[in-house]
Amino acid sequence: MNATPSSTPTLELREVSKNFGSVQALQGVDFEVRDGEVMALVGDNGAGKSTLIKCVAGIYSIDGGQILFEGKPVAIHGPKDAAKLGIEVVYQDLALCDNLDVVQNMYLGREAHDPVFRLREAPMERRTAETLKSLSVTTIRSVRQPVATLSGGQRQSVAVARAVLWNNKLVFLDEPTAALGVAQTRQVLDLVTRLAEQGLAVVLVSHNLVDVFEVANRITVLRLGRNVGVYEKDKTNEREIVEAITFGAPAPEEAGVEA
Amino acid sequence: MTSETSAQPARAPSPLEWIRRFLAAPAVGPFLALLLTMAFFSLKSDRFLQGPNLSLVLQQVMVVGVLAIGQTLVILTAGIDLSVGTVMAFGQIVMTKFAIDQGFSPLTAIALGILACVAFGVLNGALVTGVRLPAFIVTLGTLNIAFALTHIVSKDLTYPPGTSGASTLPSQLLFFGRTFTVGHTEITYGVVLMFVLFGLAWFSLTQTAWGRHVYATGDNPEAARLTGIKTWRVLLSVYTVAGLMYGIAAWLLVSRTELGDPNAGQTTENLDSITAVVLGGTSLFGGRGTVIGTLIGAIIVGIFRNGLTLIGVEVIYQYLVTGVLVILAVAVDQLTHRRRL
Repeated sequence: MNATPSSTPTLELREVSKNFGSVQALQGVDFEVRDGEVMALVGDNGAGKSTLIKCVAGIYSIDGGQILFEGKPVAIHGPKDAAKLGIEVVYQDLALCDNLDVVQNMYLGREAHDPVFRLREAPMERRTAETLKSLSVTTIRSVRQPVATLSGGQRQSVAVARAVLWNNKLVFLDEPTAALGVAQTRQVLDLVTRLAEQGLAVVLVSHNLVDVFEVANRITVLRLGRNVGVYEKDKTNEREIVEAITFGAPAPEEAGVEA
Repeated sequence: MTSETSAQPARAPSPLEWIRRFLAAPAVGPFLALLLTMAFFSLKSDRFLQGPNLSLVLQQVMVVGVLAIGQTLVILTAGIDLSVGTVMAFGQIVMTKFAIDQGFSPLTAIALGILACVAFGVLNGALVTGVRLPAFIVTLGTLNIAFALTHIVSKDLTYPPGTSGASTLPSQLLFFGRTFTVGHTEITYGVVLMFVLFGLAWFSLTQTAWGRHVYATGDNPEAARLTGIKTWRVLLSVYTVAGLMYGIAAWLLVSRTELGDPNAGQTTENLDSITAVVLGGTSLFGGRGTVIGTLIGAIIVGIFRNGLTLIGVEVIYQYLVTGVLVILAVAVDQLTHRRRL
């Protein structure tokens, strides 16, 4: 089905800018991610990571530059547009409705219904169970229990499973391990690896460089809304990335002027 | 869509599981409260459990019940509607005045009355979604606007003017006050309509995507938006449907009282509709509750008013009891579902 040559990035941002009044959240940012790879997106608070995600997800409209999906320029005006392209975002706060159950959350906003608008619960329930199983999420007792009753790791799993439910091509994960303990972090990182192995393009946004170095293939560093650089994981180390995050690279003296 | 996959069929739940599910079901608490209330009043009064009295309770409940459907929808989205009573009053004045004074055909007059209520619903919804004002303030404002309009339009007169004895209103306006008999008990068509509306509301809320979006919008509006739900559209539809319910309630009230009264809907309807919703287990924080619970809650409120009258408690104490009841119900809900911080 997917005839995209691997040389074309799944998603490519060219010179993307986004302003909030006088604040320039993104200034001419380039970014790319390809099928089957985990691209980490790192940067300090205010670097523009969340803004970039929301631009791609259609929550914000971009003020300048271009977004290309599989080589073609696209306009993303809302979450539905992003979903149509096959882009899913797992937000840091997970965007789950506590009082709704796992199935209801998985299909929220995209419910399957019959011609008289009755929800098709059985197929939704079955596919939810299958998707969780395919991601080796086995700790959730019932897909009919409210999300409020789940642990942090389970909630994260539901959010990730929702992102892969739709045969997507690209998944953004915003700080997926920030609120998790050691064992649950392990589960989620395994999940991230598995997504890339299934051929998806994965973008991992994280503060945790240990996690980043464990699962990412490449690392994009943002600082104050600008590109610092893209690093191959195998050709860099944590020190270099930390320096890029804090001072920008490659010229540390420039950072001194800005600060 | 993926083709057939080999998923194992769902296991049949064990009896123990059924009991657990039963106790965890949302409307079970309210239902037990209803049984307790009925037991109490049947011990206090022999007449309480008799068919004619229960039929009377339902007749008294039908107006508040239909109002409470609208109120449930609004509260599920974490809003509140204080304008229910006066909007309904405005609707019934429009209906009766247009039918009598302006010479409109009865059905046109009814449609105009309902439309007036829908317009108020749209106004509430537009202010809540478009201007992003709190529902509490918006509906407090429209409460007073509807109140004023009711008195301006009616010139403080009831319709038909000087009513005493048989009503001169066209029969269509009184249709839902008509009865049919089952056994020896008379049941009004209005009560039947109320049950039908509850059924429709139940279907829409539990079996359709729209209903799910209503819950999601009340539960976590930000999450709902991020999944692509147009929450403003959901909210607007909720307030509009609520207005429609108030319009239908206006028709029911005219059928029941056989007049259009500018002073209707000012005292008990607001509190009673909110009490019914809260007694029915719907959370004031939105996203949790059922319309079946609301039906039970409305019946509990009706039974309290009826039962207290039967055992000779003065009307003013009914207000006292309902006031205590609504606070108690919210407190119980709060203690059993503490919000995580």
